[in-house]
Amino acid sequence: MTDLALTNFLIRTGDDCLIVGHRLSEWCGHAPILEEDVALANIALDCIGTANALYTRACDLGGGRRTPDELAFLRSVTEFRNALIVELPRGDFARTIVRQYLFAEYELLLFEALSSCPDPEVAGIAGRTINERKYHVRHCREWVARLGLGTEESRSRAQAAVDELWPYTAELFQKDKLLEELVASGVLPGLDGTSAEWTDVVSRSLSDASLVVPADVFQHVGGREGRHTEHLGHLLDEMQIVARSHPDGKW
Amino acid sequence: MVMQSTQKTVRGIPDVLTTLGEVLDPEIPVLDIVAMGIVTSVEVEPDATVVTIAPTYSGCPAMRMIENDIIEVLTRKGFPHPQVKISFARVWSTDDMTEEGRAKLRDYGIAPPAPRPGEPGDPADVNRTAACPYCGSSETMLKSFFGSTACKSLHYCNDCLQPFEAFKCI
Repeated sequence: MTDLALTNFLIRTGDDCLIVGHRLSEWCGHAPILEEDVALANIALDCIGTANALYTRACDLGGGRRTPDELAFLRSVTEFRNALIVELPRGDFARTIVRQYLFAEYELLLFEALSSCPDPEVAGIAGRTINERKYHVRHCREWVARLGLGTEESRSRAQAAVDELWPYTAELFQKDKLLEELVASGVLPGLDGTSAEWTDVVSRSLSDASLVVPADVFQHVGGREGRHTEHLGHLLDEMQIVARSHPDGKW
Repeated sequence: MVMQSTQKTVRGIPDVLTTLGEVLDPEIPVLDIVAMGIVTSVEVEPDATVVTIAPTYSGCPAMRMIENDIIEVLTRKGFPHPQVKISFARVWSTDDMTEEGRAKLRDYGIAPPAPRPGEPGDPADVNRTAACPYCGSSETMLKSFFGSTACKSLHYCNDCLQPFEAFKCI
């Protein structure tokens, strides 16, 4: 049942992209400066676009029984499989930027692994996404440095963001049966080294920005099994209201 | 580019490509989809005309419109049963844009994309410098990696003092 495993993996990876994209879109019209408003909206668009591409491939592999819109707009909280870090509230600008930086570095490693997937569409989506994420990483890393090395207030807000988000990072690299199955069937290469590689890269950027990486802290998990924080329900209420209020609506 | 003609028809692949040259990017209406390099395959059969295109940016909202425009123009020109497939299997890059396409962009006021750096280079690095499409000066500065559409970055020319956009290298 490799197709089923791959389908489920594409959906949960798409869930990460969709939910973080929606969180970013909440900044539209509210960012501190115009250029940043444009940048966050662009990054949101890239993430939602990746979600659409992954959902589309998942639906094709699943025989077309579901559509990407149904996956995005007609599933409930417990059916989403995104990691918890992406559903947390956007917080202040520092929280949004630090989250996006931590997540984009993870995505870069994940999509590099997926770019050797035997399914040519999935490999192509990964190849496309890597190039987009390089801009996300660059943009967010530069902001992390500005905030960390800026004023006392910007540094303390960035440090608070790191402290609050770090306990949600291990879930991104959590091993489970789905991943093991995909690695065993050769759909994904072994991901053993990615967690250490991510920690290394991210720790360097944070310390360059004079930010302190928390030592062994409790790590929250549950998103991959559909156990979410209270925040996802509120997000879905807003994101899905039009689709749910006007079933099968076309415009 | 894969080009297959399974059977001799009155009009073949070159005719399809010429017709596709009329389909313009709705966001940059001087650039057609052939010059952009997103047409990855054309198949002409007696009862079907299948055009495969590669998405530019994964979230680009222009793709759906381009798809509709392809169907519309091929139908209008009498090609049998036009279909559009969108496939990521061949990853589009700005290096696929033709010289003609680059010149059109520049004339339109958008700096054409820089060539992609070799692996493991980062396209964001080569995107920092772009020649001003108005005065040609290379004394420009990057204002933001993100512009008015997914494919463009914001720049400023220190010589002619003109803000401008560049097509982002990807």
